[in-house]
Amino acid sequence: MAHEETVYDALDHAHGGEGQWAFGTGFDEPLAGVDTTVPDGIDPADLGAYCLMLGDDALVLCQRLTQWVTAAPELEEEVALANCGLDLLGQARLLLARAGSVGVLGRSRALATDSIPDEDALAYFRDADEFRNSLLVEAPNGDFGQTVVRLLVASTWRLALSARLRESRDPVLAAIAAKGVPELTYHRDHAARWVLRLGDGTPESHRRTQAGVDAVWPLLADLFTATDVETRLTASGVAVDPADVRDEVRDVLTMVLERATLTVPGWPAEQPSRGRAGQHGPELTALLADLQGLAREHPAATW
Amino acid sequence: MSMTSEGGHGAVPTGPEVPVEPKASTARRDWPLYEVFVRGKRGLNHVHVGSLHAPDDEMAVHAARDLYTRRNEGVSIWVVRAADITASSPDEKDPMFAPSGDKVYRHPTFYEIPDDVPHM
Repeated sequence: MAHEETVYDALDHAHGGEGQWAFGTGFDEPLAGVDTTVPDGIDPADLGAYCLMLGDDALVLCQRLTQWVTAAPELEEEVALANCGLDLLGQARLLLARAGSVGVLGRSRALATDSIPDEDALAYFRDADEFRNSLLVEAPNGDFGQTVVRLLVASTWRLALSARLRESRDPVLAAIAAKGVPELTYHRDHAARWVLRLGDGTPESHRRTQAGVDAVWPLLADLFTATDVETRLTASGVAVDPADVRDEVRDVLTMVLERATLTVPGWPAEQPSRGRAGQHGPELTALLADLQGLAREHPAATW
Repeated sequence: MSMTSEGGHGAVPTGPEVPVEPKASTARRDWPLYEVFVRGKRGLNHVHVGSLHAPDDEMAVHAARDLYTRRNEGVSIWVVRAADITASSPDEKDPMFAPSGDKVYRHPTFYEIPDDVPHM
């Protein structure tokens, strides 16, 4: 067992001993061997628009989570939230790249330098009205209690969608969803553990977490009404009708909140998604200013 | 004088006669220290990789996953409260370890090891 001094040695030995484990070894490429042709009968514009919705959800929530870096209550939790954000950033990159590959680039391609890849052009060179994320993910973090409540809601919802999207007729979308399922399962578990501990914790943690629930709950109204794009793609077996995941999301959230001794608010009156229509609040504009400032100031910068 | 493994660097003498660093005033000092052990993909045993603070055992496993297996290092995690580790004392280093320092015959270096015996 002399060769097993540290786990890092084992990692190094397992991959030819290049001595570069710090740069990552043994990683899987999620789209390896996946046929990227758009399946017959599917409108590429619809497919791209759908990828933008899912990709923007991930990108914007990632940015919200990373806002906790240097500000989280504990170092351990700071890394945990950043890890969740990085998982989502990976999903966003693949989804935006898919949108770009089928020609859905909006105004971004005209604004971005040629050397900037499609997914970066979409992330950095669209304005708020071109983003298709739901209102749930752009809402401000609030305190830590509200942040984990939002993460619980968002990961429960995205996990339910992703689990079904593994059967999508678009092989790229199916592969991205399959990569996302274990990631989102962890996010949901992590958030649920915090909600349980804070809700059933001290009077102060209970009060704050309940306030977080009350702040996040109305945003559920934006999630479950299909856009025309989603309706068409659901009919052709590419997308999931968001209404199909409503019961699962409601059941999971109700179970966690009740166990956390929190009051489950009434289900909000659902409405056509404003976020999916590009109608966002000023919070998204401010978030994008942070996200996009560097790329716009110094296009194609490297470091 | 009592012994504790707080700090993750083996037994540290504590007591009124031992000067201690001032304690941070933040709430995290309420969280117990955990030692983290990770088994790598090819590894047969769990190896100590570091320590962390967590509010309870379950969250310690989560924190260990997020801090120590981010780069594909592990397939299994153990955490244990540092306070639950009984460690040998630096004061006893000589009586504990010096006696084995000159017993070379305890190593199996005097045997012929057949070529087809692995892991020796």
